[in-house]
Amino acid sequence: MESRNPPMTDVNLTVAGIAKSFNRRAIFRDISFSLEGGDSLAITGRNGSGKSTLVKILCGVLTPSAGTVQYAIAGKDVPIDAAKDQLGLVSPHLQLYDEFSALENLELLSRIRSNNFPIGERASEFLKLVGLWDRRKDMVRTYSSGMKQRLKYAFALLHRPAVLLLDEPTSNLDAEGVEVVKRVVEAQKSTGILVVATNNEMEATWCARELHLADQAPIGTKLR
Amino acid sequence: MSALSSTYALVRKDVQSELRTRYALNALLMFVVTAVATILFALRSDQPTPTVLSGMYWVVIFFTAMSGLSRIFVSEEERGTTMTLQLVASPSVVYFGKLLFNVALTLSLTLAVTLLYTLVFSTSFIIQTPSIFAVTVLLGSLGFASAATIIAAIVAKANTRGTLYPVLSFPVLIVLLMTVMSATTRALDGEEFRAAMGDFQILVGYILAMTGGSYLLFDYVWKD
Repeated sequence: MESRNPPMTDVNLTVAGIAKSFNRRAIFRDISFSLEGGDSLAITGRNGSGKSTLVKILCGVLTPSAGTVQYAIAGKDVPIDAAKDQLGLVSPHLQLYDEFSALENLELLSRIRSNNFPIGERASEFLKLVGLWDRRKDMVRTYSSGMKQRLKYAFALLHRPAVLLLDEPTSNLDAEGVEVVKRVVEAQKSTGILVVATNNEMEATWCARELHLADQAPIGTKLR
Repeated sequence: MSALSSTYALVRKDVQSELRTRYALNALLMFVVTAVATILFALRSDQPTPTVLSGMYWVVIFFTAMSGLSRIFVSEEERGTTMTLQLVASPSVVYFGKLLFNVALTLSLTLAVTLLYTLVFSTSFIIQTPSIFAVTVLLGSLGFASAATIIAAIVAKANTRGTLYPVLSFPVLIVLLMTVMSATTRALDGEEFRAAMGDFQILVGYILAMTGGSYLLFDYVWKD
């Protein structure tokens, strides 16, 4: 992916006693685990077990009913709102703006995030990585679902996140796209934290650890 | 400085998006034209008093605002880009960015209504004290935008958005409406500027209270 080997980011994620309920229906409870740079965690479970919900909580876009999510960067605790600059997310629940082109989306969102790197160069790097460089000026509304998924990767990776969260990572992707994702996964494992939420057994094997969400029962991390 | 540049980038994004999609603009313009035309046909050759004209002026603005200002958040929910914004911007950046966009939209709306009124009711809608009118329009627009923004954020999360927005807005905006109507009547009657100071104090207080309260509440509204 890059000509140099980036250093391992000093990042920690500590999840303690996370629970989530919607309208008095408990999705999961008592989730606890800790990850640091180089760790990878697969979140598995059947449909409705709360995989996407847990990923949203880890990103700070959903508030847990109980428990805490704590990020630490370079040894210092960072509130989750501040930690979002270090997070990258690919999810079916995340969309980009149809009325803008791929390049415009990356530039606009990067400016809103106040990234302090050359946006043009970085956008070029990741659009080429995901195979969308030739279509960079086309409106996202003209993209297929697979192309939109690839663009989500470019968006998630643009700021070189310390923590990469992938929810259904190969959804809508062709074989070439899946290979790109595998390279992204390997690169992320060597530089930071990777979390993959998936039903797919192959995708679950990308990670060293697994968290299986079961129905209505306290669970913990299962080492493989 | 980072928060300011993020807010500016968000406003720019919304302006560009609106110019490309006309998501709110078309609805607002059509409503203004339809409402003013209906009033014109209803009045025929009658010459309404300044009080009646003032009331009708702000009624048109109120209902036009109800048809358009909620879209600033509803469009993000409908397109699935709320999570994207939650990832790239803090709640305060989102709030002030959307507020500034709504201020611009409301000012444009009042300008359009004023021009139409001046053309259509050229013999009766005569602004005798332009300074009162200008300050009233400015403060009234700020007041509308500050209330409309937080209500739009609340309504965007609800299922029954169409009916909920005017239902929630009216009790919040009634004080603002009564005050701007009073000040506009003074402008049409040719009263001195200082006669409207009491109205302006109410408007400034309303804007500060609404903006301050909204800023404090927005974090809870924005996050699930």
